[in-house]
Amino acid sequence: MATEAGHGESPTDYIVHHLTHLKVGSGFWTFHVDTLLISASLAVIVGALLVSAARVKSQGAPRGLRAFVEWVYEFVDGNVADIYHGNRAFLVALGMTLFTWVVGMNAMDLLPLDLPGSVAGLFGAEYFRVVPTADLNGTVAMALVVFVLIIGYSIRAKGIGGYLHEWIAAPFGSNPLMWIPNIFLNAVELIAKPVSLSMRLFGNMYAGEILFMLIALLGMAFAVSVGGIALFIGQVIFGAAWAVFHILIVLLQAYIFMVLPVVYISMAEEHH
Amino acid sequence: MTINATFIGQIIVFLILLWVIAKYVTPAMAAEIDARNRKIADGLAAAEKGQKDLAEATTRADAIVREARERAKQIEDQAARRSNEAVEAAKQIAQTESARIVSAAREEASSETNRARDQLRKEFGTLVVTGAARLLEREVDAKTHAQLLDKLADEIARG
Repeated sequence: MATEAGHGESPTDYIVHHLTHLKVGSGFWTFHVDTLLISASLAVIVGALLVSAARVKSQGAPRGLRAFVEWVYEFVDGNVADIYHGNRAFLVALGMTLFTWVVGMNAMDLLPLDLPGSVAGLFGAEYFRVVPTADLNGTVAMALVVFVLIIGYSIRAKGIGGYLHEWIAAPFGSNPLMWIPNIFLNAVELIAKPVSLSMRLFGNMYAGEILFMLIALLGMAFAVSVGGIALFIGQVIFGAAWAVFHILIVLLQAYIFMVLPVVYISMAEEHH
Repeated sequence: MTINATFIGQIIVFLILLWVIAKYVTPAMAAEIDARNRKIADGLAAAEKGQKDLAEATTRADAIVREARERAKQIEDQAARRSNEAVEAAKQIAQTESARIVSAAREEASSETNRARDQLRKEFGTLVVTGAARLLEREVDAKTHAQLLDKLADEIARG
């Protein structure tokens, strides 16, 4: 997975280099240009593919891109329908967005590790991380939107009064003594959802990225020392094996990120 | 691993993509897939109906064929019966006719025989009279003995 790394670089330098974002700004107002650029490009690509597929007016059996997008749509629709029993039109759109976009972002992990950085280097960028979902900002952004949707759906189902009442009255009952424990537990429950959602995806993709780097270091050891041809072969074998396995993780994590928000929203509408 | 303003940009990108998909992708997909599913269901229903109609028509056709066969058999039987009757009638007529012809022939033959016999007797009578006259060597006077002769001839003729 790795092309030649800079000579004279230590393994630590190599990994740190690959984990450093291309940034502008400072303090909180720092922007990861690589994350934003890649995720926005993928959003454009995914959006363009989906919209062009949706515009096809197929009279008979769908073909090509249209058939593929319909397959994805029916997969998402089926999953949402199993979980949420109500008007699911918006949730299907949400699931579709999350699934396709996250698959695209996760799949960036399968690009040759040093290729994006090298290309970015041609444009004068010193650092470039190509997997937006291995950036906590990328996953937190989606989790925050889901967080707002959870609260919004809950209020819509119960009314603002009912929603606030649930904060103090569930799950231990409406005894004033239980208000504080209730609020505490509800806060934990509510916060845990976006945190676990974002951390799970981030952790998986970050770990996958690191593993690709470690595998790449095998080949680097061959390149800079007399480690032997075995290391190079090891890099090829492990790199290929991890890449194949990673395809599974790419899809699985995207699937989880599609299903869990729907589950959370479905739970948020339930009355306690 | 730091949270910074990047996530705000990510939220904006996410919301734009979500809006595009919710507006232009999923409703169109849902509408068309629903329409297609309905069309397929209609097609299946129509096929089922067609099959049922076919089965019904087959049953009806079978009944008609069976009935026709029965009628044909009836007609055949009737024709056979009629032809038998005709043959029988013809036979009857032929028999009657032949009997009539035979009896007529027989009658004619017997009358012919009788006539021949009468003539023979008559001739025999004449012969006897002639013979007797020659025997008596005298002419029997036909006039005087006419009564006698006639009686004799009559007796002969009567046999």
